[in-house]
Amino acid sequence: MSEQLLEVECEIPEGSFNPVEPFLRMDRIPHIWCAGCGIGTTVNCFTRALLESKANLDKVAIVSGIGCTGRVAGYARLDSFHTTHGRAIPFATGLKLANPELQVVVYSGDGDLFAIGGNHFIHAARRNMDIKVICVNNLTYAMTGGQTAPTTPSHVISATAPYGVFEPAFNLVQLADACGASYVARWTTFHVKQLARSMEEVLKKKGFGFIEIVSPCPTLYQRRNKMGDGLDTMKYYKQASKIRHGAPTGECSLTKSGEIVVGKFIDRERPDYYELLQAQMHESLGDRYAEPEVGCSEC
Amino acid sequence: MSKGFVAINVERCKGCAFCVEFCPTHVLALSSAFNSKGYHPPHVVASDKCSGCDLCGMYCPDFAIYGARYAR
Amino acid sequence: MHADPKGVLTGVHFLDGDHACCEGTLAAGARFAAGYPITPSTEVVERFASRIPTVGGIFIQMEDELAASIAIQGAVWGGAKAFTVTSGPGFSLMMEHIGYAAITETPCVFVNVQRGGPSTGLPTLPAQADMMQARWGSHGDYGIIALCPNSPQECFDLTITGFNLAEEFRVPVMMMLDECVGHMTEKVIIPPADQIEVSPRRYTHKPPAEYHPFEPGEDLVPEMVKAGDGYRFHVTGLTHDERGYPSMDVATQDRLVRRLLDKLKPFSNGRAICDTADLEDAEVAVVSYGITSRVAQRAIELARTRGIRAGKFRLISAWPFPEQHIAALAGRVKAFVVPELNLGQMVHEVERAAAGRAKVIPVSHAGGTVHDPEVILKAIVEAAK
Repeated sequence: MSEQLLEVECEIPEGSFNPVEPFLRMDRIPHIWCAGCGIGTTVNCFTRALLESKANLDKVAIVSGIGCTGRVAGYARLDSFHTTHGRAIPFATGLKLANPELQVVVYSGDGDLFAIGGNHFIHAARRNMDIKVICVNNLTYAMTGGQTAPTTPSHVISATAPYGVFEPAFNLVQLADACGASYVARWTTFHVKQLARSMEEVLKKKGFGFIEIVSPCPTLYQRRNKMGDGLDTMKYYKQASKIRHGAPTGECSLTKSGEIVVGKFIDRERPDYYELLQAQMHESLGDRYAEPEVGCSEC
Repeated sequence: MSKGFVAINVERCKGCAFCVEFCPTHVLALSSAFNSKGYHPPHVVASDKCSGCDLCGMYCPDFAIYGARYAR
Repeated sequence: MHADPKGVLTGVHFLDGDHACCEGTLAAGARFAAGYPITPSTEVVERFASRIPTVGGIFIQMEDELAASIAIQGAVWGGAKAFTVTSGPGFSLMMEHIGYAAITETPCVFVNVQRGGPSTGLPTLPAQADMMQARWGSHGDYGIIALCPNSPQECFDLTITGFNLAEEFRVPVMMMLDECVGHMTEKVIIPPADQIEVSPRRYTHKPPAEYHPFEPGEDLVPEMVKAGDGYRFHVTGLTHDERGYPSMDVATQDRLVRRLLDKLKPFSNGRAICDTADLEDAEVAVVSYGITSRVAQRAIELARTRGIRAGKFRLISAWPFPEQHIAALAGRVKAFVVPELNLGQMVHEVERAAAGRAKVIPVSHAGGTVHDPEVILKAIVEAAK
């Protein structure tokens, strides 16, 4: 396009830059996500949270599974791991235990984390593994073409439910709560400020933290259901969301077009896996216990 | 003079209009022009109103826009 | 470099193969293991769970084999030497992550104490029917190393070798025990730490700006880094270029996948680990591995007492298959006899390498116990005719 037609009427100071860029592998941008997809918006919030938390980025590792959100790891300029479908959490578990000084963030989608990876999610939450799980919930399997996910609300048309979804969906925040997560919140991609703050908070919270982000998928979810484009969904989030911090998670189910309860639901203190491990070994072995030095020292 | 500015990378834009819709001071509008991918990127229609809050930058899924305050 | 004495239980022991394997992992420097219980392999990690808190490391029992087989790879990228242990059904579940280890060149060890299959099969009884699965079980083209101990002492020794080879070639290494070897108890000598060689991880000395995580060295193996050291590297199971970035083009696929196989060539062509005896004058070579090699030994001795010149060729490194060795023998012997506790797996490799220049006679067995030496002897007698 001709630059003249869109000449920016603001004066851009020399040396200014998009604050997201230092967090991205700019040689991989533009990304693969569709117009109106919300994943990029969540990445903005995540980078603002990293910035605000003043984390040493050399010590932050990001682990993704497979799918649209699974591509986040590849764009983040961190130590990043794009693993197999559903297995980001157990990979992150090994990574964290081998090097406890790492801040390990799992960034993946609803299908990846809660269908094929559901078993790992519940056990990592049960153990209170000190990892943070960011789930971008677009209510479908987007990368494979819009099939029914365990999060797809009833009556939605999907590629594999052409007559409408009839099986009940998971309420992710209730699941995380029931499994013992230390921190549970839900936002939508409309709530960018709250989401960034919540991400900053979860990064500082010890134990298993979980944030669900309800996010538009105009191409594979909305199109089949005549739900408009990304912006239409963002407007729906704005209109239908109710912030209810501390709401009982059992009351926070998502439906096709109803109210979306957002907020921080759980923030509790539980010893994490590593603390429990050390306490048990100290109790049982006393002086014989050797603190883990898992990384091979001389190699 | 405005407190802030927005910078737009038109070629990265996919025309979702999140920035236009959620700019609290209505600084932006979608252009009628196309970028090389065929999307309508935003352009500034009221630069004097920009507070530099960077909400556009936080919303933009394509990392194509950001806002900042002028150093005083 | 030498083994870290903290993990080395120097002395003369009376151990079963599973426990000896565990001692091998500790001597090799493994300080992380993840597992899921399955007979007849569980004793390896039971002992690890008991030993590791005083050595300084972690055992975690995961929720399934998929989790165990990827948790170890997370630990490796966090700086650990790590392994998991399983048997047939669990090995099937781990296939996806053997492929992930292959394409991401994550050095790690999978111990498979083989039992009868398919499916749940014979949980407490031996078989050697996972040999092809070890080589080919995950989808796509890739190479692995598989080692087959036939005694508790070898379970110790070869486990260290397995860890060392994993580091040298950056491949997943399969320790292919079988139920008999895993549960057989014998004398195991564990030498002092300074007599045990362990291979360090091939970490790069390049600064981050000059480092490309999948740029191969002269031997086709890239140098490694670990998370937290400031390299900000990317690892993916997608086809990737030297930077580690996904690349869906034909040239990148060709370059990467060929290298995953080619980097193992030095091992298949010359460094294969084999145990041979009486081959100089042999007219029949008995090719075997694992527990079957001990039964075959008896059959070879019986054949010799009958005047049949039988010799031993024991596969210790079954994969990459030492085809040059077999090909060389094929020009000298009349026949190969290949007993194994399956209905024909490695025998096909022998046939391929022999290329029609010697007869190849399988002595198959569906598993559940070992061969009767007389059955192998009969095959040797037939082969010598």
